[in-house]
Amino acid sequence: MSQLLEVSGVSVSFDGFKAINNLSFSIGPAEMRAIIGPNGAGKTTFMDIVTGKTKPDEGSVLWGDMSKNLIGMNEAKIARIGIGRKFQRPTVFEDQSVFENLLMAVKNDRSPWSVLFFKPKFKDLAKVEELASEIGLSDQLERKSGELSHGQKQWLEIGMLLAQDPQLLLVDEPAAGMTLGEREHTTDILKEAAKTRAVVVVEHDMDFVRRLECKVTVLHEGSVLAEGSLDHVTQNKDVIDVYLGR
Amino acid sequence: MDFVKKHPSLPAFIATLLIFTLAVTFLSEAYGTGTMSTSFVKTLGKTLCLALVAISMDLVWGYTGILSLGHFAFFGLGGYMIGMWLMFARTKLIVVESMAAADIPATAMEIKDAVGTQIFGVVGSSDFPLVWMFAHSFWAQIALVVLVPGLLALVFGWLAFRSRVTGVYLSILTQAMTLALSLYLFQNDSGLRGNNGLSGLQNLPGLDAVSQDAVSIWFFWASAFALLVTYLIANFVVSGKFGSVIRGIRDDEARVRFLGYSVEGFKLFVFVLTAIIAGIGGALYYPQAGIINPAEIAPIASIYLAVWVAIGGRGRIYGAVIGAGVVSLVSTYFTGGQAPNINLGFYTIKWVDWWQVLLGLSFVLVTLFAPKGIGGLFDLISGRLSPSRKGAPLGPDQGSLREQEAEK
Repeated sequence: MSQLLEVSGVSVSFDGFKAINNLSFSIGPAEMRAIIGPNGAGKTTFMDIVTGKTKPDEGSVLWGDMSKNLIGMNEAKIARIGIGRKFQRPTVFEDQSVFENLLMAVKNDRSPWSVLFFKPKFKDLAKVEELASEIGLSDQLERKSGELSHGQKQWLEIGMLLAQDPQLLLVDEPAAGMTLGEREHTTDILKEAAKTRAVVVVEHDMDFVRRLECKVTVLHEGSVLAEGSLDHVTQNKDVIDVYLGR
Repeated sequence: MDFVKKHPSLPAFIATLLIFTLAVTFLSEAYGTGTMSTSFVKTLGKTLCLALVAISMDLVWGYTGILSLGHFAFFGLGGYMIGMWLMFARTKLIVVESMAAADIPATAMEIKDAVGTQIFGVVGSSDFPLVWMFAHSFWAQIALVVLVPGLLALVFGWLAFRSRVTGVYLSILTQAMTLALSLYLFQNDSGLRGNNGLSGLQNLPGLDAVSQDAVSIWFFWASAFALLVTYLIANFVVSGKFGSVIRGIRDDEARVRFLGYSVEGFKLFVFVLTAIIAGIGGALYYPQAGIINPAEIAPIASIYLAVWVAIGGRGRIYGAVIGAGVVSLVSTYFTGGQAPNINLGFYTIKWVDWWQVLLGLSFVLVTLFAPKGIGGLFDLISGRLSPSRKGAPLGPDQGSLREQEAEK
């Protein structure tokens, strides 16, 4: 099976500090993957590289069947070809309603002229309704998203990601600051998404990762330390030393 | 009707503008009782143009979050473009008339030279510089009113946004742009008469028989109409998805980028659009002012523009109109010598000097205590109050509102 995203031999350093060191990573078209690792392991930098925010010093990032090189593309273009990203801190447009937030994210032509004369069609409205019910915000569509609770904002952002209809979702600590019930709902949303697309979840919380029931990649000092099922990697000696043992 | 429902301020604004226009017309010397002096009609007409450029500032700053301190450069350029035609056409009429008295009819070349001497004698030249090549054509100069500010904004914006210059650095760049432009125009060999600028613009060519009383009202009407159209365009732009995207850029640029929108493209779009609006405003303003010179586009003018929008209330279009109207009319009152001096015994406060201190103070006070500006008063009336948090973040996440506060 051909892979959706192939990152190979990527390195990047900031002022001499090697944040990512010869990292290789690949994920298939409909796969869930969790990335764990201690602080400073390079999890966020890895996402920055894939989404075009940071340019690696060396290595390649290939995308899709055509093996398109993502290095050198800008963030907006990478987002348009199908990579969605959720930030650690919930970043939704707090001054705008849930509906506006979702409608902005729904996949459509994104050039200024067509956005200016954009009129939501039936399918756009249906998509917003569908997503809102999926993330449990159907009753909140008209509210300003700034008024939502922390967990609801996280869901809204996941909903905005799904609205883009990406083939790959990069999700940075989706469960941070959530209650237990909210976590379970989040797990369900992500599992559902992973049926049709690739999902990469960066997470600290082991219980949350366990509930995702997926392959785990452990990062340490900018490269892959271990890969496999959660039980497999948690028994790995190196992993215990650098991460779990602390 | 849908459009009106989405913009509750629209009927109120149109009604206010209509009543205002009719009132001024019925009080004017040309078409009414004559209670209002022609010079005051001109002041009001100019104020409408300033409101128009304030709308463009609000679009670029209040909605898109680009604090441009250079929009008066576009305003001035629009004025220069229309001024070139006005000056050329009127001088030509006068020259042709005076030459008609001579025995031998003047050739086209002689007329052109005479016009050149009339216009450029003041900077010691008589030749038409290249920039005047279209000055004979009204329609060409009207096109340039739109094209010159638009192109300058396109080139400047493309360079600045592409390099992702944001925030205060962008503000400084725009100040540098307007300063450079005004310094260039101050030179005699810039081709636009140096520090003399273009003058006599209040006299419309071929309409010498019509008194300024009537002309002033015509320009007042044109300005009111332009303001109305701009208001409608601005409302259209900020509503719907485009409005969502530009407000998103203001609040979190990176997030918009990761949604797949080309932030640079949208910024450039708004920047060019507002530069064109500013240019049109200038083209209506300077025939009423009668004179334009490079001092008009000095950096301070663009800063005033930001002050008007801040005092009026940014992020709402009628706020910009109110800000420009109130501040520029109050400014006319204080700097026109109408305000009585205050004698403190040991010192006399002359408002001509102290007005700017007052303006600066009110700017600081508005920024600190009423960030919504004068436009915020309408929220007070309609009961849309935001919670007073006294600076402390409330709610589960920083900056979020609590439910009961938000419903107030």
